Amino acid sequence: MKPAPFAYERPRDLTAALSMLAASNGSAKIIAGGQSLGPMLNLRLVQPELIVDISGLAELKRAEISGGELVLGALVTHADIEDGRAADVTRGAMRGVAANIAYRAVRNRGTIGGSLSHADPAADWISALAALGARVTLRSLAGTRTMPVETFVVGALESALHTGEIVEAVHVPARSASAHWGYAKSCRKTGEFAHAIGAVLIDPAAASARIVIGAIDTTPIVITDAAELFGGRITADYKQRFDLRVADALLSRAGIDDAAQRHIHVSVLRRAVQVAAA
Amino acid sequence: MRNEREFPHGKSGQGVGARLPRKEDDRLMRGRGQYVGDVRLAGLQDVAFVRSPLAHARIRGIHVPERHRGSVFTAADLEGIKPIRAVSGLPGFKISEQPVLATGKVRQVGELVAMCLAPTRAEAEDIAASVTLDLEELPAVYDMLKAREPGSALVHEHWGDNVFLETNYEVDISAALDAPIKLTREISTARQCMSPLEGRGVVATFDRRLDQLTLHSAAQMPHITRSGLAECLGMEEGQIRVISPDVGGGFGHKGILLPEEVCLSWLTMRCGHPVRWIEDRREHLVASSNCREHHYRITVYADRDGTLRGIDCEATVDSGAYSSYPFSACLEAAQVASILPGPYKMPAYRCRTFSVATNKCPILPYRGVARTGVCFALELMLDLVAAEAGLEPGEVRLRNLVRPEQMPFDNITRKHFDSGDYPEAMRRALVAIDIDAIRAKQKQGEADGRRLGVGVSIYCEQAAHGTSVYSGWGIPMVPGHEQASARLTPDGGLELRVGVHSHGQGMETTLAQVAHEILGIDVAKIRIILGDTAMTPYSTGTWGSRSMVMAGGAVATACRELGERARRIGAKLLQHEAASVVLQNGEVRGVNGSVTLKAIAHTWYRRPQDLPADVDPGGLEVTQGYKPVRDSGTFSYAAHAALVAVDPDIGEVEILDYVIVEDGGVLVNPLVVDGQIYGGLAQGIGTALYEEMPFDASGQPLATTLADYLLPGPTEVPAARLDHMETPSPYTQFGVKGIGEGGAIAPPAAIANAVNDALRPLGVELMQSPITPHRVVAAVLAARRAERSAA
Repeated sequence: MKPAPFAYERPRDLTAALSMLAASNGSAKIIAGGQSLGPMLNLRLVQPELIVDISGLAELKRAEISGGELVLGALVTHADIEDGRAADVTRGAMRGVAANIAYRAVRNRGTIGGSLSHADPAADWISALAALGARVTLRSLAGTRTMPVETFVVGALESALHTGEIVEAVHVPARSASAHWGYAKSCRKTGEFAHAIGAVLIDPAAASARIVIGAIDTTPIVITDAAELFGGRITADYKQRFDLRVADALLSRAGIDDAAQRHIHVSVLRRAVQVAAA
Repeated sequence: MRNEREFPHGKSGQGVGARLPRKEDDRLMRGRGQYVGDVRLAGLQDVAFVRSPLAHARIRGIHVPERHRGSVFTAADLEGIKPIRAVSGLPGFKISEQPVLATGKVRQVGELVAMCLAPTRAEAEDIAASVTLDLEELPAVYDMLKAREPGSALVHEHWGDNVFLETNYEVDISAALDAPIKLTREISTARQCMSPLEGRGVVATFDRRLDQLTLHSAAQMPHITRSGLAECLGMEEGQIRVISPDVGGGFGHKGILLPEEVCLSWLTMRCGHPVRWIEDRREHLVASSNCREHHYRITVYADRDGTLRGIDCEATVDSGAYSSYPFSACLEAAQVASILPGPYKMPAYRCRTFSVATNKCPILPYRGVARTGVCFALELMLDLVAAEAGLEPGEVRLRNLVRPEQMPFDNITRKHFDSGDYPEAMRRALVAIDIDAIRAKQKQGEADGRRLGVGVSIYCEQAAHGTSVYSGWGIPMVPGHEQASARLTPDGGLELRVGVHSHGQGMETTLAQVAHEILGIDVAKIRIILGDTAMTPYSTGTWGSRSMVMAGGAVATACRELGERARRIGAKLLQHEAASVVLQNGEVRGVNGSVTLKAIAHTWYRRPQDLPADVDPGGLEVTQGYKPVRDSGTFSYAAHAALVAVDPDIGEVEILDYVIVEDGGVLVNPLVVDGQIYGGLAQGIGTALYEEMPFDASGQPLATTLADYLLPGPTEVPAARLDHMETPSPYTQFGVKGIGEGGAIAPPAAIANAVNDALRPLGVELMQSPITPHRVVAAVLAARRAERSAA
């Protein structure tokens, strides 16, 4: 379990990093915390010619509130969020998610940008941030583009990143005072990847909700028009109105044939709804 | 609950029964242990193996790039090296030959095909990645039940089938057939990987001056490894020294001869410098050795009051591709027949067993060996009997367990139980878990929608079984007398040499306690030397929970003889008749005074002129052998009780409380025993809820990293409550019994029974380990469907 040989660069600024990525023509991999890429290198599942270590890029470590939204640089770690070192606009929602990502050792090194880039369907941020309505900014030498998290993740371990492009920042909108947050996941044991995730942001006052069913084999199911899940409208009694059958049908449509798997996903989602309503 | 008994001996608090912290922990807990991976030798180079990517294939060619010829070795290079052969003398046993590097065919994923040598492991892996194999894939034998059917693909063609061994055992099963309760089920336990913290590892070097190969290997049984190596390499045993340094957990995984050990031994002699291979976690998971995969088709007969009338069972064990040295491919399955009835009385019994060859890693005896599966099968069935008879599960056990007044007891398979009070252990466990309070609480239901369940299980653990038991197996190893050497040093310290090994058992402490009990020497001045064939007496090593009984008995015997010699010298120094002095607390005492062992040692070594003329010329160095009065084994046992909460919709199982009432005879060190039980419990929880190595239809192992092969961690193992009973064995020194494996035997049964207890009102019955969330939910949904279609 030793990696195949690779070249290693640790650029000092983002432009240098982007130039290296552009020059590599797709044969480079970016490493930040290395919590996913490290094992994949050791297992020789990836064999890049060049590793670009971006951990020295100060401009990706910023966390600031700007224009009512939180902008988190890609290198902000899970532990930065868990410990409250990073600013927050979600009234603790992100802190709660961060605190239960894998183990503390992983959280110390793992980064929010790395987690998104890796696009593991079972990871926490892609589901949680999709529910929170977050967007991702991608940068290359050609410039930047921004897209919702649910658009950024296009499949299992597949993101919208183009060759030469890097996740620069995550933009998280402020959670309104009336919005309820619920997050639940089921893991075989503490610290393992989840096999079911439910993430809900429900605002009965605004009659709106964002519902995510994650940790399925492909991109999370993100429901932005969620009224159907609650009997046609989102009201203060949404917990009682939550319709398991609708969620089950969504999972069937997503290609999950195994009834027990669907049942677990639906039950975890129900738990997230109960957490939101509590 | 904690054992706070008086120490029977040794006011110093260091003898048998003392709850002494482990001496070796000062080194091990500070990260100062010295494992194979820490061995540094000048000129050392690393080995990586090219392993088979397929489960079953014919080798058409092995292509080594021109630039790496000379660094890559295949079976064609290993001239004169014999395959590993682990035969059994049981009638009908079919022999497998395991080539150390594959020849002709590969029979499991991960089988060694070529050996690559480089200055570092990373470079060796680069070379291994450059070697290409031309393989003709053959149908894989991946399902042990299908493998028994005619027409199956064959692992070893010349056998004509895939059965290493079939055994049959019967005592009048017809007497049970009219029982009013007759329940039949299929029960299975998943294939597992043993997963010690430290994997296997080998550093081999050759000393031309001594004409000796030295193999550093993480091994439980260094003397047996030496015999196996000598056979494969065609060398004299005296030309081989096996050193097993600190070992980070064995559990059976480190009890076998590895093809890697043979390969590296050959390689160091071929290339003239030391070579090293350290197993990585992926090699451990996919290529090393497996355990536990059992299948039972079992029928239990009982009367309406829960009295057992008989058991009829067909057990199949997936033995993998090769018979492993020295335990063989049939130990596990054939043992099922003799141990299934356990501590229960019954008048009728039949058991048929199959050891089946498949295209998987060899199966090895893992902590508990076949007992974990047997306990799972029988204890799950007894809960069904209880449900059928309308009795508490504990009540069914109490009705059928052997009673203390029946000891010693020969059960229906002629296992000889030395001592114990099994019903008392069960009663204590039921009281400790508070069964009555749980039943009351179950009626109210949990507020969070989870369901409570309680389960019990009980087992016996035969340990330190010796010549009379193992001679019948006809495998390459039969334990005889266990020897220990004891030597007083010139400054009054004590050196003990034993051929067993310690890989977590704390024997550097417990054997010192035994010696202290006899000689009164401070345990701090007692050194235990083990894990080196050049420095220790021959032993079959550490397996079968035998070390405390056997090596402990040998140490006591050697120390008694040493003490006697010292006493006689002491008598002369005191100018007393030998009959009038005694050895006590490290001194020889007479009416007029005393002389310390230290002074006696000083006299023997440094002032022999003061010794009497008729002194025993053997001096203060003794090697003695030991066997218990009966060598049919000690029987320790424990009752386990588990309280769980099960979420029927998400399938999560939480262990809320866990109680173990254990009887291991007289405990040399209760603290060490507690540690053994906690560790075993963790592994038992792994079997119950987490660990599983699945295979696909092409024989590919699917859990290739620890993200897929789940081991319980600190948050998955509850703080179990322990209670000790101490029924001495009548046959051993101090009345000790072996207890090393028990913790891992009973938890899968207790936890599965608890989960089934929780879900029984829903019509759910889980008969397969591990109990995963998916299995729980699938069973709940199936029960709901069945209920709907019945309605």
